[in-house]
Amino acid sequence: MCKPRLAVFKFASCDGCQLSLLDAEDHLLAVADAVEIVYFPEATSHMEEGPYDIALVEGSITTPHDAERIQQIRKDARFLMTIGACATAGGIQALRNWADKDEFMQAVYATPEYIQVLETSTPIAEHVQVDFELRGCPINQYQLIEVIRSLLAGQTPRTPRHSVCLDCKRRGTVCVTVAQGTACLGPVTQSGCHALCPSYNRGCYGCFGPALQANLVSLSAQMEREGASKAEIAHKLKNFNAYAPAFRTESTRLVQLEGDQRR
Amino acid sequence: MTERKIKVETLTRVEGEGGLYVRLQGEQVEEVRLEIYEPPRLFEALLRGRPLEDAPDITARICGICPVAYQMSSVHAMEMALGVEITPEIRRLRRLLYCGEWIESHGLHMHLLHAPDFLGFESGLAMAKQFPDEVNRGLRLKKHGNQLVDLLGGRAIHPVNVCVGGFYRIPSRNEFQKLVPDFEWGLNAAIETTRWVAGFEYPELESDCEFVSLSHPDEYPMNEGVMQTSSGDQIEISNYRDEFQEQQVPHSTALHAIRKTTGRPYLLGPLSRVNLNRDRLSPAARKLADEIAFEPECRNPHRAIIARGLELVHSYEEALQILRDEHSTKEPRMTYEYQAGVGMSATEAPRGTLFHRYEIDTEGKIVEADIIPPTSQNQAQIEVDLKAWVGQVIEKEESQAARLCENLVRAYDPCISCSTHFLNVTIERS
Repeated sequence: MCKPRLAVFKFASCDGCQLSLLDAEDHLLAVADAVEIVYFPEATSHMEEGPYDIALVEGSITTPHDAERIQQIRKDARFLMTIGACATAGGIQALRNWADKDEFMQAVYATPEYIQVLETSTPIAEHVQVDFELRGCPINQYQLIEVIRSLLAGQTPRTPRHSVCLDCKRRGTVCVTVAQGTACLGPVTQSGCHALCPSYNRGCYGCFGPALQANLVSLSAQMEREGASKAEIAHKLKNFNAYAPAFRTESTRLVQLEGDQRR
Repeated sequence: MTERKIKVETLTRVEGEGGLYVRLQGEQVEEVRLEIYEPPRLFEALLRGRPLEDAPDITARICGICPVAYQMSSVHAMEMALGVEITPEIRRLRRLLYCGEWIESHGLHMHLLHAPDFLGFESGLAMAKQFPDEVNRGLRLKKHGNQLVDLLGGRAIHPVNVCVGGFYRIPSRNEFQKLVPDFEWGLNAAIETTRWVAGFEYPELESDCEFVSLSHPDEYPMNEGVMQTSSGDQIEISNYRDEFQEQQVPHSTALHAIRKTTGRPYLLGPLSRVNLNRDRLSPAARKLADEIAFEPECRNPHRAIIARGLELVHSYEEALQILRDEHSTKEPRMTYEYQAGVGMSATEAPRGTLFHRYEIDTEGKIVEADIIPPTSQNQAQIEVDLKAWVGQVIEKEESQAARLCENLVRAYDPCISCSTHFLNVTIERS
């Protein structure tokens, strides 16, 4: 039987999520054995054209060329999975979605007119149908291996959608908000990092994006009661998953409210 | 005269997305372009207006392979702006974290990205069947680097534990010491690795580049020092912007970095660091450099993999020294008050010097950010060396010549995601 053909593609991103696959040192050779890696420029010079059984897509869509490229990848892929916050929520570069793109370009490039970029940085799912989204900035390599494993076994991949708070309790980490008054996005952020930041004595900053049924309005109110300004809370949400709908809606609401108060 | 073109659409086994374009007129190399089509992400623009504490977390996202370098350059620059003095303990732990990144990045590059070129494989994975011991060793070394960054940084990609002033939490002495046996094994394995790559067959190539790296009087450069050049100049970091300049060149729309005084490109990275600081390598690395008869000033970019090996050995030895130490770190981080100011810093990313400069306001917000990653600085020198190299491989058949050009680009370990600051746009010329 032919091995499933795996391809890895990159758009606007830092390479960190696909590096997670190379970082799965103990599993890497086994994965390489179980699938046929036919396109993965970061790891191999061997490149084949589609069709692909599994396409892993890292990065967000930020240029007209990339907006076209993703269409072809979709056509070529039987199962398309986004890996990471850029591909799933537009990434940190989605902060341009609130700004004047031309002004941003001028701030960075001496000759911005040579470079074609879109007004926005958008998730892959805004362009093509996505079969599964793996969250995280970066993704969790064990989740990646598990999702690939379940695909190979013909199962529908699943990853937990509960909030980071539950993982803190499981780990026995003392709540940084309750004990130290540290602002923490744990209550509204999806699990996946093993509640990392609180275990290092800092508040969660939302790498995995909004948890299922996250109550953002309630958390903002609590943070305000503890002394944070609306602008500060909006900055916390405008991070690596800024353009994920739940975070986007709440940061926009806070900024608007603050504007109203000033008026 | 016939016109020939050599095109590599997608550079592989490098970080990020780029291509290569070479145009020949008869036997003459008319044009060489390292094409970077990685989409720009505009970090310097999006940092403005954000709290200064966000800089280490956000700039880490410029690169998944060298996030520690971004975090280190940014925290040092912010501390300069704020007038924060860190303790010697925090400084040592920052070097330890940096050792982790060098081990991870060099281990990965040597075994999985670059060695396949010398042994005729398309990837490290393909190489594993014939060289299982070497590939497994590489994976294990890389894993050590990841484990160290994981412990001290919280996770291997985009660490969470670094902050302006120090760390959020310092792991216990016991946690550090648990790594010692693995690192003792790793030190020997790194020496083996370096002997292994030193035995590869290297094509002849002499680069006439100026080598540039940080240099520090008593230690191998990593997170502090002045910019030392092979022509004997010493440049304070505060003068970085005056001495190293981005310039537009006639044949390309890309900005290239040059020395302002000479108008010529320069080279950063392991080859420059070893050439300029060999006497400050750790004892085992220095001894090994002598044993394998590594040239006092190696000018062959293909041999950068050996310099990487020497730095791998150095990183293990320095890491071991710190891991074995009695840690008496009562204060994980220094506190500070906001004040308006300008701060800058350069540290040594695995692939070369990374410069950050920030202007901050009285409320602790970033007003201006300026980041010069190593690959964008190396880009012009890579093109110069490629031009010389193309002259040597010109006789080969098209696809083989393209492959040989790609091999040379890989020798610099370019980090293209980082370098998109200097996006290159091709204009076809007839």
